Amino acid sequence: MKIGVLALQGDFAEHIAMLKRLKVDTAEVRLPEHLNGLDGLIIPGGESTTIGKLAIAYNLMEPLKQFGQRHAIWGTCAGAIFLSKDVSRDQPLLGLMDIKVQRNAFGRQVDSFETDLDIPELKQATGTDAPYHAVFIRAPIIESVGGNVKVLASVPDGRIVAAQQGHLLATSFHPELTNDTRFHEYFLTLVD
Amino acid sequence: MEVKTGTWTEKKGLAQMLKGGVIMDVVTPEHAKIAEDAGACAVMALERVPADIRAQGGVARMSDPELILKIMDAVSIPVMAKCRIGHFVEAQILEAIGVDYIDESEVLTPADEAHHILKHNFKVPFVCGCRNLGEALRRIGEGAAMIRTKGEAGTGDVVEAVRHARAVIGEIRRLTTMADEELMAYAKEIGAPYELVKETKELGRLPVVNFAAGGVATPADAALMMQLGMDGVFVGSGIFKSGDPAKRAAAIVKAVTHYNDPAILAEVSKNLGEPMVGRNVSQMPEAERIAGRGW
Repeated sequence: MKIGVLALQGDFAEHIAMLKRLKVDTAEVRLPEHLNGLDGLIIPGGESTTIGKLAIAYNLMEPLKQFGQRHAIWGTCAGAIFLSKDVSRDQPLLGLMDIKVQRNAFGRQVDSFETDLDIPELKQATGTDAPYHAVFIRAPIIESVGGNVKVLASVPDGRIVAAQQGHLLATSFHPELTNDTRFHEYFLTLVD
Repeated sequence: MEVKTGTWTEKKGLAQMLKGGVIMDVVTPEHAKIAEDAGACAVMALERVPADIRAQGGVARMSDPELILKIMDAVSIPVMAKCRIGHFVEAQILEAIGVDYIDESEVLTPADEAHHILKHNFKVPFVCGCRNLGEALRRIGEGAAMIRTKGEAGTGDVVEAVRHARAVIGEIRRLTTMADEELMAYAKEIGAPYELVKETKELGRLPVVNFAAGGVATPADAALMMQLGMDGVFVGSGIFKSGDPAKRAAAIVKAVTHYNDPAILAEVSKNLGEPMVGRNVSQMPEAERIAGRGW
């Protein structure tokens, strides 16, 4: 199994380090041909506007959309925004997931937070019972989801922070900034 | 549900989101929009770019909060702002208006000639400049969650940024070959906290994100700093003191992503118009250099 990490901008090295801990082969993706031979893709945290502009400049939009039809893709934070079909502002989006996202929904950096989340699917898939400690940084929320999208996690006021649509996964938070590999393990179960 | 804000993970984490990106100095909301549209991962809001601070002289202070707020309103990307070295009240003001990162910067006139701000006291994260490993680890010890080389701001001459990047990277390389019992003496020698020296050895890199800054003016300069091992690039005067800021900004963004691809670097370096007028640091009197500010 070989998993690519979109390396246009952001914390792609942190995702690669997590995948290496799980003994998975990895590749950095900057150009369309780098998608060849990959079984799945992670779109990291970073700035979604920067990632979108670079994806357009290097003709990655169509190849990424096609890749997502057949293969698993997981977007964290900026990556989740990029996977969505609507962010209520004009910026490049892949539109692969039927989710509407609000950027910087919790405020600016001084409002960024860490907290524990209860994620039943994660516990079940990894056979563990500990809550999931999530790191949110200028994080988006998933405002609404389409009929074929499953909500995986919400914060206590009900706002959605993780969702799954078949082999596509979106999280508002950053599992790659923790020592807990369970979310990466969960993503790997979605890879054919 | 316990919610924690302002943690070390949060502070360090925002800098991790900026990696592989370009942070641009902007002096108006219009500049900020141009920077965002060109693909900047963050902007530094200030009243004058370093080249103008140099030219005009006088005391350089924190920018007007009203200007910073207007820039924060203009863009969706993170906004940083500068305070003077040791001026913790300027930092309190910047935190109160909600900037995403504070640069305790030698580009402004220092307010304290012995002490930097105790940055652990703040919820907002800080970035600080360094010229070598000891200086970087002292700043991290005070709570800086991101480091940048000082370079020589406002000159368009990359030589000092290269000197400082090579110093940090080279010292880390030597550190990784030292025996554990040598670390205390080394910590004393470079004036750095022992625990951070130990952590840096274990990681084989600085414990926080490390950007290049101070003299980057072209896509090639930016890619040079990336190939030397920096995590991203600040561009100060280099963009808005050039002939075609939007084009140059977009080219530098592309150069940082594709820093290892000379064919792409050649493509993005074409037809950028006039670069900023540079100042050769080696011919600059010592008194005009600002990298020496910081203790």
